[in-house]
Formats: sequence, C-alpha cells, structure tokens
Amino acid sequence: MRVVAAMSGGVDSAVSAARMVEAGHEVVGVHLALSQQASVLRESARGCCTLEDSADARRVADRLGIPFYVWDLAERFRVEVVEDFVAEYAQGRTPNPCLRCNERIKFHALLDKALALGFDAVATGHYARIVTRGDTGARELHRAVDAAKDQSYVLGVLDQDQLARAFFPLGDSTKTQVRAEAAERGFAVAKKPDSHDICFIADGDTRGWLTRRLGAQPGVILDEEGDVVGEHGGAYAFTVGQRKGLHLPRPAADGRPRYVREVDVERNVVVVAPADLLGVRRIDGEHVRWCGEAPSGPTRLGAQVRAHGAELPGTAYPRLSADGRCALEVVLDEPLRGVAPGQSVVLYDGTRVVGSATIRATHPD
Amino acid sequence: MPVYLDHAATTPVFPHVAAAMAEQATRVGNASSLHTAGRAARRIVEESRERLAAAIGARPSEVVFTSGGTESDNLAISGVLRARRDADPRRTRLLVSAIEHHAVLDCVEALEAREGVQVTWLPCDAEGVVHPEVLARELAADPESVALVSVMWANNEVGTVQDVAALAAMAHEHGIPMHTDAVQAVGHLPVDVAASGVDLLTLGGHKVGGPVGTGALVVKRDVAVVPLVYGGGQERQIRSGTLDTVGILGLSLAVEYAVAQRERETARLVGLRDALLKGALDLDLGIRVGGRWTPGDALGRLAGNAHLIVPGCEGDSLLYLLDAAGIECSTGSACQAGVPQPSHVLLAMGLTEREARGALRATLGHTSTAADVEAFLAALPAAVDRARRAAGATLGSG
Repeated sequence: MRVVAAMSGGVDSAVSAARMVEAGHEVVGVHLALSQQASVLRESARGCCTLEDSADARRVADRLGIPFYVWDLAERFRVEVVEDFVAEYAQGRTPNPCLRCNERIKFHALLDKALALGFDAVATGHYARIVTRGDTGARELHRAVDAAKDQSYVLGVLDQDQLARAFFPLGDSTKTQVRAEAAERGFAVAKKPDSHDICFIADGDTRGWLTRRLGAQPGVILDEEGDVVGEHGGAYAFTVGQRKGLHLPRPAADGRPRYVREVDVERNVVVVAPADLLGVRRIDGEHVRWCGEAPSGPTRLGAQVRAHGAELPGTAYPRLSADGRCALEVVLDEPLRGVAPGQSVVLYDGTRVVGSATIRATHPD
Repeated sequence: MPVYLDHAATTPVFPHVAAAMAEQATRVGNASSLHTAGRAARRIVEESRERLAAAIGARPSEVVFTSGGTESDNLAISGVLRARRDADPRRTRLLVSAIEHHAVLDCVEALEAREGVQVTWLPCDAEGVVHPEVLARELAADPESVALVSVMWANNEVGTVQDVAALAAMAHEHGIPMHTDAVQAVGHLPVDVAASGVDLLTLGGHKVGGPVGTGALVVKRDVAVVPLVYGGGQERQIRSGTLDTVGILGLSLAVEYAVAQRERETARLVGLRDALLKGALDLDLGIRVGGRWTPGDALGRLAGNAHLIVPGCEGDSLLYLLDAAGIECSTGSACQAGVPQPSHVLLAMGLTEREARGALRATLGHTSTAADVEAFLAALPAAVDRARRAAGATLGSG
C-alpha cells in the first residue's frame, strides 16, 4: 500500500514509519506544520511543531530512505482545534484538543489530502491496535498492550472509514521496546523526551494562555450555600473537579477540601463543594461517534472520561436527541467525581473501543 | 534518472569547472601570503578576477569576491546605506522593488526594524515589470533622503527582466547609486556592468554552473561601502577573510563559459521554454503563464524560466506529485520550515493569495533537453487532477 507516515519528529512516529517501511509498504514521511509561528528550537517537553522537530523527522526519513515533505495544516488546525478549544472554554466546558485533532486533522484533513494525492492510508505513532475481524472485515479499535501508554482514548472519535485507512504499528509494543528499537535503528530521536499536554500551549500554563485569549474577567467563587468564599480571574478557566489553583482565602468550616462543582460562565461564577457533592452517575453525551456498528439498545460497557483516567462499568443508552441527532446517555454503576462538560466519554467493551461522545451535561443521580 | 527542472535553484557545475577546481584544491597557498605558494594562489585569484570582470563588462578592481548572492546583496544594501548615512545623516531611505529575492527583502526589513531605515517599496505591474516612471516619481518626492536604489535585474520566480539601465539613469539624475541583484541574469542575459550604469551588482556562482558558496559584488570604484565582516582587509577592505582560491577560480571559469555560450544556449533554452509553456497551455487545464511571455523572446523573460499558475491547486501538492513521478521542480517561492509560502512576487503582481498558492516553476538549464519538457508535460495532467482533489482536503471545502 502507499502510506503517509505522519512524523512529528518524536521517537514513536519514527519507529512507526520504520515498521511501515519494513512491512513492505511504499511510505512517504509527512511532517505536519500545525503552528502559525513555529519556533526554531524546542523549549520544553510540550509542543511538537518546532523547526527542530521537523528537522528530526527529516533525519529519520533520510535514514529510512523515504521521501519527506512538510504539509502545512496550520490554518485548519487553528480553526478546527485551537479556536474550538477557546470557544469551548469560553462556554465553561473542558475540551480535549487531542481527540479533536485526531478527528479533524490527522484522520480528516491529512487523511483526505493523502487519499486525494493517491495514498491508501495514514500511519501514526499512536499506541492503539486495529484488529480486522475475520468474518466481516470490519476494523476494530483496541487498547494498546502497553496500558501506561495506551492512546485509544484520544482515538475514540474515529469511525469505520477512518479506521480502515489507519495504521497504528506500535499497538503491540511497549514504550521501552519502541525506544530500544529506535536506538537499534540508529535514530537520533531514540532518547528524545516524550511530549506532554497540549501542544499549542508550549509552557503548559493553560489558564494563563486562556486569559491572554479571553481576557481577565474577575468574579467570585461561591460555596454550595451560595456564600462568597473567594475570587477568580475568569470562570471560563476552571474545570469541574479541579482543586488546585482556587486560592481560597479560608478553609471550609468543616476543614474538608473543596473542589469546583460548577462553572457558570453566564454569571461568571465558580461554585465549589466538598468531594461528596461532586459525584456523577448520569452523563448526557452529544456528538456521538461509533467506531463500528452502533449498539441497538442499552449496553453494558466501560466508560472512561479522561485520557489516563480509570474505566468504570456502566450502561450506555443510545438515543435520538430532539433534533434527530444521535445522542447518548451513560449511567455509571458507581458515582464518579470530576466529570466536566466538554470532556469526552469513551466507551469500551473489553479492550475494544465502541465509540465516544462529548459530555453535554452531568447528573448526580 | 529524475528530470531536473529547477535550474534557477541551482544548476549542475560545468564538468571542466569541477575539474579545474579539483586540481586547484590540492595546491597549498594563502593568496595573502608573501612567499612563492602564496603568490601562486594570488595569481589564480587575480586572473580569476580579470576573467570574471571581462565576462561582465566590469573592471577587475570593481570585483569583490564574497560567499554568494545573499552576502553580496546584504553587503551592498547595508554597506552603502551605512556609508551614505555616515556622510549625510539625512540619507536614511531605501527605494527597493517589491519583488526582490529574500536576500534583499529581509535585509531591507531588518534595517527598517533595527536601524529605523525608511523603505519605499517600488510596485510592479501584472507582468512583474518595475517601470522607470514609478522610480522617477518616488525619487522626485524627496531625493535628499535616499541612500540607495535596488532593483533586481531578472526575477527568480517569474523571470521578468527589468530595464536596469533606465532605472540606473533615473537614480543617477539625483546622484543616487543603484544596486541590482543580477544572480539570475549573469550568464543568461547580456549583462554589461559599464553599459548598464549600475554602481553595484550582485552575482553568484551556483546559478551559472559554478560552485555554491561563491559570488561577487561588483562595486564601482567611487562607491563607499561599510563592511559587514572585519578582519584581514582583503578585497579593498570591503570584505575580509582568506580568499577562497578554489571557489573564485570555479566562479570565474563558470561565468566566463556561461557568457561565451550564452547566445547559443539561450536560443536553445527559449525553444524548450516555449514548448513547455505552449504545451502546458494546450492541456486545457486552465493554466496561465506567470510573468511576461512572448514566444521566441529571450530578453524580456529569462530563457530558462517557465512559470505556471494552476488554478485550484496548491503548489506543494503539485511539487510532491511531480517529484513522485520523477520530475523535480519548484513552487518558486520561499519556504518556511519546508512549507512554500504564497509568493510575495505574485502578490505584488496582483494575484490573490489563493491564485498564488497554485504557482509552479519549471526552470531549464544547460543539461535540459526536449525529452525533459516532454516528460514534464506528460506528468502534468495527472498531477493537476490529483492536486485539485487534494486542495479540497486542505482548504476545507471538501
């Protein structure tokens, strides 16, 4: 097959590309330019679009003897990922830009361009497995064998068409094995640190970044009784379940720690409460994406609401929303703390990813 | 073998030039040393200077050897600006065409940002021509403030040739010196420094069959230039650094040969270029020719330059698809981080950003053949078709 190997300049995508070459595919390395103003040198473990990263990817492609190009998807990334991220926070929600990027950029803009140019598929260095069913030929997305590196959560937005055009050559390996293989292959990136957090917020200070984008909007922090217990610089920058960074002047009367229970951007108010009032049993999801066949009715599944969060048992109820779109309700067996609207709930059946939805609302019971 | 159609980026070194350089490379001798070996090296340098000067209608004492076109452009603009401003503090303005190479453009912008220099960008018409009347008007507005005029001899993207002599005459009417970046012109157009009247002229080695990393700035004897690089005082104390005997030899031999072959070679290239452009238009793909083009003409447009605007495409997709088909060409514009940017030249010519993204430049040179042109034209339709489909994906309309 003719395959585009997306190469970030990191060790994972380097080994992924190498394995695609070794498997006999006709591989072209492509580095995505996603930043409007790329820095020359890497400054932190975050960010992945500096010229240095591009050069690292190019050197790996040289060693593999494959062509290498840089594709400029910065404008698409800005509109579909960065601006969406800002808009979601401005509405008091907590988005996951990595899912968005996989859905709209890597397996949409990049994939579409690759297909149009005559390629058959895109390979990335994600830790996840694609299993082709012997009976139907359908593609299933599964968790990686390396549980600590598993990235199936951020891929839970991919549908059958996208999975049919995707390769994840690292799904059966551990990170340790991948680094060792990179060293064996003589890749200079073998010891390059992993990237973390949000690539377009290079210093990792999401709240500071949001404040620069949305402006300071001072307001008050209320407790569950409606009493003012503190102040904030903009309710939009808070996330349900958050405890750090509240800077409450006095501890609660009962001395228990307090967490963000509600972010109300209309009133510019943050409401805090003790942990036991944050429990969520019922999740309403929108923007539902099924990796394969949609469940026809209530189904016992595992639910995960954060990239590295635990998977909890529950029941998923596929529904039609008022406007006729596919919606989803998930009822957890036990309450879960810190579920924020805007996050994605990804559903699992064993190791298989069934689908995902964006959390619209949560309910305690 | 891939078909190489990017001679404006760099062109193969002539075999006899490479051989002469290889022979010289094994000889010891610093051209500034006083002993026999040093004198031998110096003799090579001075013979090369005379050879180069003779080929372009300059005097040997006007030739300052540099590391290439970029350095020559920077030296000319920064050096003359600083010298003229030192002599007369009012002279802080540069008149520069909007279609210059980045070696001029970015140097001028840096001076603007860091030294408070004023810049007047001279516009061009839809064919990329900078009209002398435009320069005359800008000069007349405030001649005492102008330090230097700089307009390139021939454009590297669309191949448009300027009336450099007329522009220089305009500048001289106000006693203002004129620089021209002739990197694309030397060896390809009849370049005679004395006849053109220019005061400073940039040339480079690797666009004419000489080595990369070589070039010269021709500086008239009465033009003061503040150096960029200080040291041993070589090259009229304008450009210090041990003379690159091997590179200077290669540069001079390449320019001499290219100039000697020019008339015959450009006649041949014009035939190939016209076949390429006509062939591309005949494909009925909505392709337009960028710049000024009259079939058979080797003086208004560079003989080896074929520039195409392919609507609905991104040049980098075309570039990839042609590369995959064994055809090496360019979008013509500068890259940032490996990504071609919409060309400032095409924007200055009045194209929209979207049109400018569909630029494709094929440039012919001394190794090009009719078979290369045929291969390009054979590969182009499929590439355009696919690139148009891909454009939907990247631009978000698909």
